[in-house]
Amino acid sequence: MVRFVIRRLLQMVVTFAGATFLVYALMFANQNDPIQALAGERPVSDAVREVLTERYHLDEPFLVQYGYYMRDLLTGDFGTTLNGRPIGEIMADAWPNTVKLALLALFFAVLFGVAAGLVAGLRRGSVFDTSTLALTLVVVGLPIIVLAPIAQLIFGVKLGWFPTTAGARPSLYGLILPALVLGAASTATMMRLTRASVAENVRADHVRTARAKGLSSRRVVGVHVLRTSLIPVVTLIGVDLGTLMAGAIVTEGVFNIPGVGSKLLLGIQTEDGPLVVGFVSVLVVVFLVSNLLVDLVYALLDPRIRL
Amino acid sequence: MQVRRLIAWTAVPLVATLGLAGCSGDDDAKVDPSGVVSIQIAEPQHLLPSNTNDSSGIQVLSALFAPLVSFDKDAKPVPDAASSITSDDHKVWTIKLKDGYTFHNGEKVTSDDYINAWNYAAYYPNAQNNSYFFSRIDGYAATQSSDPDGPEGPEKAPLPRSKTMSGLKKIDDLTFQVTLSEPFTEFATMLGYSAFYPLPDAAFSAPGVINKDYESAPIGNGPFQMNGKWEHDARVEVQRYEPYPGTKPKVGGVEFRIYLQPSAAYADVLSDNLDVIPQIPTESISTAPDDLGERFERSSASQFQFLAFPTHESEFANPEVRRAISMAIDRDEIVRSIFKGSQQSARSFVSPVVAGYRENTCGAACEFSPQQAKQMYEQAGGPKKIQISYNSDGPHKDWVDATCNQLNANLGVECTATPEAKLADLLTKVQNKVPVGVFRLGWIMDYPSMESYLGPLYTTSGSSNYYGYSNADFDSLVKQGAAAPTQEESIKFYQQAEDILARDMPVIPLRFSQNNFGYSTRVRHVVVDLYSRIDLTQIEVLS
Repeated sequence: MVRFVIRRLLQMVVTFAGATFLVYALMFANQNDPIQALAGERPVSDAVREVLTERYHLDEPFLVQYGYYMRDLLTGDFGTTLNGRPIGEIMADAWPNTVKLALLALFFAVLFGVAAGLVAGLRRGSVFDTSTLALTLVVVGLPIIVLAPIAQLIFGVKLGWFPTTAGARPSLYGLILPALVLGAASTATMMRLTRASVAENVRADHVRTARAKGLSSRRVVGVHVLRTSLIPVVTLIGVDLGTLMAGAIVTEGVFNIPGVGSKLLLGIQTEDGPLVVGFVSVLVVVFLVSNLLVDLVYALLDPRIRL
Repeated sequence: MQVRRLIAWTAVPLVATLGLAGCSGDDDAKVDPSGVVSIQIAEPQHLLPSNTNDSSGIQVLSALFAPLVSFDKDAKPVPDAASSITSDDHKVWTIKLKDGYTFHNGEKVTSDDYINAWNYAAYYPNAQNNSYFFSRIDGYAATQSSDPDGPEGPEKAPLPRSKTMSGLKKIDDLTFQVTLSEPFTEFATMLGYSAFYPLPDAAFSAPGVINKDYESAPIGNGPFQMNGKWEHDARVEVQRYEPYPGTKPKVGGVEFRIYLQPSAAYADVLSDNLDVIPQIPTESISTAPDDLGERFERSSASQFQFLAFPTHESEFANPEVRRAISMAIDRDEIVRSIFKGSQQSARSFVSPVVAGYRENTCGAACEFSPQQAKQMYEQAGGPKKIQISYNSDGPHKDWVDATCNQLNANLGVECTATPEAKLADLLTKVQNKVPVGVFRLGWIMDYPSMESYLGPLYTTSGSSNYYGYSNADFDSLVKQGAAAPTQEESIKFYQQAEDILARDMPVIPLRFSQNNFGYSTRVRHVVVDLYSRIDLTQIEVLS
């Protein structure tokens, strides 16, 4: 177990270094004229161009630029954007919003997905089962770019149940609607996964044995069925956490929550290598750590798995 | 389409009448003089007057600073923080400041504050976005430099000869003199722009060096002062500055709320969570009259969209060809179907926000008449194939495609719309005379004057004359206008010059931008000025 964790942590260092290098290289290859990209359609004067080129080493070859970036990164300095804002500060503002939103979305997804999946799996063919199946189909089929504005219009503007936008310093209440929207697709997937898994495990040998021992059906379902059924769900959680953090661009825009997704989009639009690499590096860490946790949880859920 | 003609200027007389109308008209609604109004902005790029050129930053600065001149309802400049701006020869200008203005930290506003700010803005190594606004001042050239091998090369530009402009001279604490390198009648008009705001001593950590914390809480001389710091991606809050001696605002403060997308701001206005959205997104324009009713308004803005002809290409050399193409374009249809009425058709060469604007100066050449256009086009021997180039990093594909379809149908030509990745790429090609066919351009005025359109766009040496139009009569009229003794006389020359454009058609005017703004039920008297800023002296919050 300990050896496993240490091995994975060492692998992480290599993956992390490789990922930052790759992303930096990709950003550099995509870089056309970041100074013009920042100015939009306005012309850029020679003075501005010269000073910015100088300050951000934009005229240097790729490896030199990467060297400057890594040198600063190792001293904890993420660099500054082209209009002079420290990227570390941007990350400190954006990450808490994103983490709150993603965790809340994941919470709702697990809560509703697993509960509905369990009921549907136990009562296959019932009205509940067929209607939730149809509902998940609709939710999975609706892209978030449609779902988010509709949810905002109905529950925010028309009914007034939730604030229309959450804002830069969102309250927990303000985040509920965005989190439900963001987690909708995950909820649907989780529900289908749990249902299939439960349906299979109900007929498994160990569950039959448990019933034969005369255990209460509550304990059979809660411990023997659910626990083993959660393995695929936990895998999905590990993957989803990263996706929910990086891929919330639409939700963040519609509900005006400045987070990681919108900053990444801004970084790509303004061809700002350091901004993108900073966020992606942290995302890589999030992916790696959550996958490690998933592997550890496997062992807890299924005693047959040894690390 | 009903376009509400604008009521968009900060003028003392106008404010007075509006105030009266307010008293008689809606007595039942009570105004809360300490209410806070919230206005949507995007994250500003900078909050330093000399470096701010994005509309969000300009909106925030308009709360914190008082301009030397503001504009009356005819877009004519009237002194604001200045008591007078005078000149006998339009070369040496004397600016007298009103007494009693203080910065928000209590510092008295003096002529030094203007001189220091302007010198900082102009100085080449400071790389300020608005540096070029000072280029008419004598001695500007000495503060500039140029890189011997271009910005990409390894060599650095040498330091400029001077840190200050010789044309700026202090007379006393409230008077200073500005000498221009050439006479310019409308110099006072330029001073309304945010680049010309003063900076307090507190803004500088050493002479010529801006304090690095200044932008997070700018100290100005205007009607509002910062309430806390600039909260990036969240908000900028300002509160009324009580010692301000100018026109007092009717609200206690303003919250400039930062939005990632205007669509989110629009949803907030609908649910009264936000008071003002200065530009409703195009996708919501068609539902806005139903959603907001009276609270949806439009006014003209300064941006001008046009198609330009590379005059070095012989196929477009004949003005008749250019007129025929112009007449084959149904501007109103494109405005209606592509822009949902969020812009307005242009039939003049200068924007409606400037003094001297006349409607329809383009005349018959901008009227849609397909039969006549086709006949003219064939007689003049126009090319069988037309290419329209545009930059795909802006929202131009739809309307360029639509324009091409109209030309195909109405002129019987084969028109292709060709995207270029960036505007800079397109302009480089044009400058290197790579054939790109007809190409699109947009223009935003630098200062509210006809000259700000005519000079840079159409004079032979104009900074944005990418199409090589050159007409000696036109050049001399613009020059005469710039040196005429009064603004009225300047305008006469400019209008004559504009008439030449209508004959030569170096460009096809297509559209002017509009402010399509909306507001919540909490506020009234929402007015947009000619820089497309919400006028903070007129807006009122209802209690």
